Amino acid sequence: MDTTVTPVANDAALDSTEIALDCQADQIFYSDFLAVRDSHVPIARNQITGFIGPSGCGKSTVLKSINRMNDLIPGFRFEGKVHFHGVDIYDKKVDPVAVRRNIGMVFQQPNPFSMSIYENVAFGLRLNRYKGNMDEKVEKALVGAALWNEVKDKLKNNGLSLSGGQQQRLCIARAIATEPRILLMDEPCSALDPIATRQIEELMVQLKEHFTVAIVTHNMQQAMRVADQTAFFAVDISRGGRTGYLVEMGATKELFEDPQEQLTKEYLHGEFS
Amino acid sequence: MAEHTSLQRSQSISKPPSAGDIFTNNAFRALTLAFTWGIVLLLAYILFRIGGKAIPAVKEYGFSLLTGTTWDVNNRTFGILPEIWGTLYSSMLALLLGGFFGVTIAIFLTQNFLPRTLETILRSIIELLAAIPSVVYGLWGIFVLIPLIRPLADFLNAHFSWIPFFSTSLSGPGMFPAALVLSIMILPTVAAISQDAFRAIPRKTVEAAFGMGTTRWEAILRVMLPTAAGGIFGALVLGLGRALGETMALAMLVGNSNQISLSVFAPANTLAALLALNFPEAGDTEIAVLMFAACVLLLITLLVNMLGALIINRTGMKR
Repeated sequence: MDTTVTPVANDAALDSTEIALDCQADQIFYSDFLAVRDSHVPIARNQITGFIGPSGCGKSTVLKSINRMNDLIPGFRFEGKVHFHGVDIYDKKVDPVAVRRNIGMVFQQPNPFSMSIYENVAFGLRLNRYKGNMDEKVEKALVGAALWNEVKDKLKNNGLSLSGGQQQRLCIARAIATEPRILLMDEPCSALDPIATRQIEELMVQLKEHFTVAIVTHNMQQAMRVADQTAFFAVDISRGGRTGYLVEMGATKELFEDPQEQLTKEYLHGEFS
Repeated sequence: MAEHTSLQRSQSISKPPSAGDIFTNNAFRALTLAFTWGIVLLLAYILFRIGGKAIPAVKEYGFSLLTGTTWDVNNRTFGILPEIWGTLYSSMLALLLGGFFGVTIAIFLTQNFLPRTLETILRSIIELLAAIPSVVYGLWGIFVLIPLIRPLADFLNAHFSWIPFFSTSLSGPGMFPAALVLSIMILPTVAAISQDAFRAIPRKTVEAAFGMGTTRWEAILRVMLPTAAGGIFGALVLGLGRALGETMALAMLVGNSNQISLSVFAPANTLAALLALNFPEAGDTEIAVLMFAACVLLLITLLVNMLGALIINRTGMKR
């Protein structure tokens, strides 16, 4: 377990060259409801950034704002900026579809398409009109998702015929096949059993070699095991509503061993959840 | 038994069901079971009686009933091949048109193109199409549709008569107006069941599609359609079943002519129309032949409907 925790050498503020994406969520609304405020989350390149916090604290909302998935929800409004690759992805000129093609996403529930394993992985490649060797890319993605050995003889089988853990790894393969710069994971293990969870966690650590990963988890042990940076969110009920906000963020080890905020301390000690 | 009494003693309000409760329960089950088997028996009885009445015709004409193309009461020559052809051809044409529009409507009404209330209103209007009586469709076809399509038919025949489908001119009633009306009649069935198939697509699948960076069109074409394919196929088969058995509108529109032609403008005939029009004045032999035709129609529709039910079940279980 120790091997999966990678201490960050530089515990001061990360300099900008290491930031793959900078999410500055000033305010996120669902219609009139203020769901998140004042959450500035820089995502470090080739590292895993964990989002933790009690339920309703807005961690998933912030994550899904990063690839504009929330645009699908009527009434959603994002105030702030998300700097990615030299652009603000909430700029009016930016097409959310293009954003989602560059920032992959793995969801809470495994959600392969009702088509063959091969076609699931090739989906993004076909979508982006990839002209190269399709077989090669599919194999590479499945190897990358640690699923190749289990499915190489049944690539024609329906993706839904796999077990839950395999389905989730298939979804990871589908997401990384197009080699996005950033991979977002929204509680990817919450529907899985402990063994499948462990496999996905090991996979995440491998993935950060090539990808930048941001993961929402309700499991603090999981954050400790896999995340290099951890962002702790909490709910602010002082203004009448339930508004989530970023309490503090830092290298995982430091945050867990020496939290700066009283709220973080209480949460890590299990005084509320 | 000991447990039973201890159950009785342990709680004062809870009691085991009384003899009356148990009797009502058993009686209800027996009644529903009887009705269920009654349906099965009724179907078997219908098949048995119609089949029995068709036997004299089979004895007299044998296989030539299925392969013959002439229906001449005076010369006692009977063959229902043109009617079988007409039934299948009109139904397939109707399925092609009604299927395409039915599925398109289902997509339009389920993929958030419209406000929810407008969706509901449009869906009800399309379902109302199913409530229009067949004979009204027939009248509408004769007095509105045929004059309406005549210019188009004349144009196609004049310029594209080398295509077999347009090789004759439209003389009035014929395959094309019949298939058009039939496609409108099966539209509500196809649209309603396809809508169910689209609505059954889990939210997480939709999210996965958009998460991959699909446009709405790509999500529909590459994810929704394949996911709903089983249900859509079932909808098409049930629509086909409806089209095969449709009688009144076709008897009014198809032309009632015993010929086999690929041309969609040629008059034709169908099994159902043949039955409806010939029974009133039929003699003994002709009745036996008509009973045979009824058997053939019944078998075709049964087969198609069973196939449809099977496919819907199979794909339903997979999910």
